[in-house]
Amino acid sequence: MITVLASGPMITLQDLGRPGYRASGVGLAGAMDPFALRLANLLLGNEQGAAGIEIAASGLSIRFERDMAFAITGGDCAACLDGRPLPPWWTMRGRKGQVLGLYPPRDASFAYLAIAGGFSVEPVFGSASTDLKGRFGGVEGRALKPNDLLKVNTIANPAPAMAGPEAGFGLSPRLLDKTPHEPVNLRIITAAEYGALTPASRDAFWESMWRLERDSSRVGYRLGGPELQLDTPMELFSHGILPGVVQLPPSGQPVVQMVDGNTCGGYPRLGMIIAADLRRLAQSRPGETVRFVEVSQREALAIAHEEDAFLRKVAHFVSLAAMRPKP
Amino acid sequence: MPEILPMRFSPFGEAGLHCDAAGARLDHAVQERIWGLAELVSGWPHLREVVPGMNNLLLVYDPAAADFEAMCAAVEQAWSTLDVERREGRIVEIPVRYGGEAGMDIEEVAHHAGLSVGAVAELHAASECTVYCLGSQPGFAYLAGMDERLATPRRKVPRTRVKAGSLVIGGAQTGVISCDSPSGWHIIGRTETKLFDPDREIPILLAPGDRIRFRIDEVRA
Repeated sequence: MITVLASGPMITLQDLGRPGYRASGVGLAGAMDPFALRLANLLLGNEQGAAGIEIAASGLSIRFERDMAFAITGGDCAACLDGRPLPPWWTMRGRKGQVLGLYPPRDASFAYLAIAGGFSVEPVFGSASTDLKGRFGGVEGRALKPNDLLKVNTIANPAPAMAGPEAGFGLSPRLLDKTPHEPVNLRIITAAEYGALTPASRDAFWESMWRLERDSSRVGYRLGGPELQLDTPMELFSHGILPGVVQLPPSGQPVVQMVDGNTCGGYPRLGMIIAADLRRLAQSRPGETVRFVEVSQREALAIAHEEDAFLRKVAHFVSLAAMRPKP
Repeated sequence: MPEILPMRFSPFGEAGLHCDAAGARLDHAVQERIWGLAELVSGWPHLREVVPGMNNLLLVYDPAAADFEAMCAAVEQAWSTLDVERREGRIVEIPVRYGGEAGMDIEEVAHHAGLSVGAVAELHAASECTVYCLGSQPGFAYLAGMDERLATPRRKVPRTRVKAGSLVIGGAQTGVISCDSPSGWHIIGRTETKLFDPDREIPILLAPGDRIRFRIDEVRA
């Protein structure tokens, strides 16, 4: 069990979301940066999709009510355990009564806190994720608040951090290839209405630096840049959409649907950002810039395989760490 | 029986396929075929999502088990040979209190249509609406069949929060808000029927093909 001491309106329990229910209007939800959540779970020897806490916009403070291993990944939250600073991308043990404090992520938008065993949450439509729009999943469908008690699943095997050095261990942030203040390249597969852009707008789509606007959320990210235009205005019937779709509303400024986005849309679809890059966009901050790079479906799948291979390597590394004899 | 257009396919991301059968106008016969196709392909083992839209269908498949070309060929084959039975969808009655505080835009709709508030309620309740598909929010049903005289352009400025249970009109469409959410549609009434209730054994009330009968419980100006 852990107790929440301080939280904020965008701090929620999330796993990898609830695929398979879009035909009922139930969206994916889940971690905005699923890669970071997977890594937090891997560091603990958890299933990659175990539920963790997503931290955004505010700080989080929790107290451990028994000894347990935890991991923090994603944006750097300047975490402190009983006042002692911890590096980002780190796992170690928390002792009963210790307080873990995290600031809002300072170099990205989202960070994750996972616990060995994962949080114990009654799944809704097969997932522990909080759906803030539908108000279900997670803890009563809402953000965490002070005095929430979160149950933790019991585990069969102790987490690697329980056997390792007291100070814990972690991953080098260099693994994450994000260079601050450089435009993020978003690889994209063009979609049905891309060809309806004017030739000049097609060029502008690829050549422009798109600025991430301030009113961006788990639902959608707005991009600012040159006004894109269609050859002729289009009226589309409502159709199923997915997180990562780049749509063109009448304003001519693209919108990207994120994990809490609608299941159905009607705006022209210019493309789909590949999963590996959607999390990079998710982690970008208002004012930062992105640009689009075209890839084929085949290339996108190869990139997804590379990510899986990387995660397997990390899992292997963590299992080696777990084999170390107790000091 | 109108001619069924061939399916047009486009890729949608790494493992998505958008199947479009729409002509210039929304067509009921096409929608029935979409439901039939959705039902058929839901049994295919490598499909992860089958999402009917309005005269279209989104499929998400397992890219390790299928690719875009193979999916297009299989769906085209299924679409052109599909044997669609005429369905008599389930009838779902939804009791409504029209107007009043919980239906604050009914006068605006009445004014736009040049009708009385009572006539708006009657025309609305007399329209048998068919659920074409679900989407946008959990349990929200896209309906076809509202009396065309009630069509009202959406509000210029959407409301930031419209309560679940609100009966709304947006353009030529009507619906019942299923989760508290922002909406630019006009609110003409309220129902206690929940289209979405995560604590109910079957959380989602409606399914494609269902026919909705709105029943007048009360009309207030």
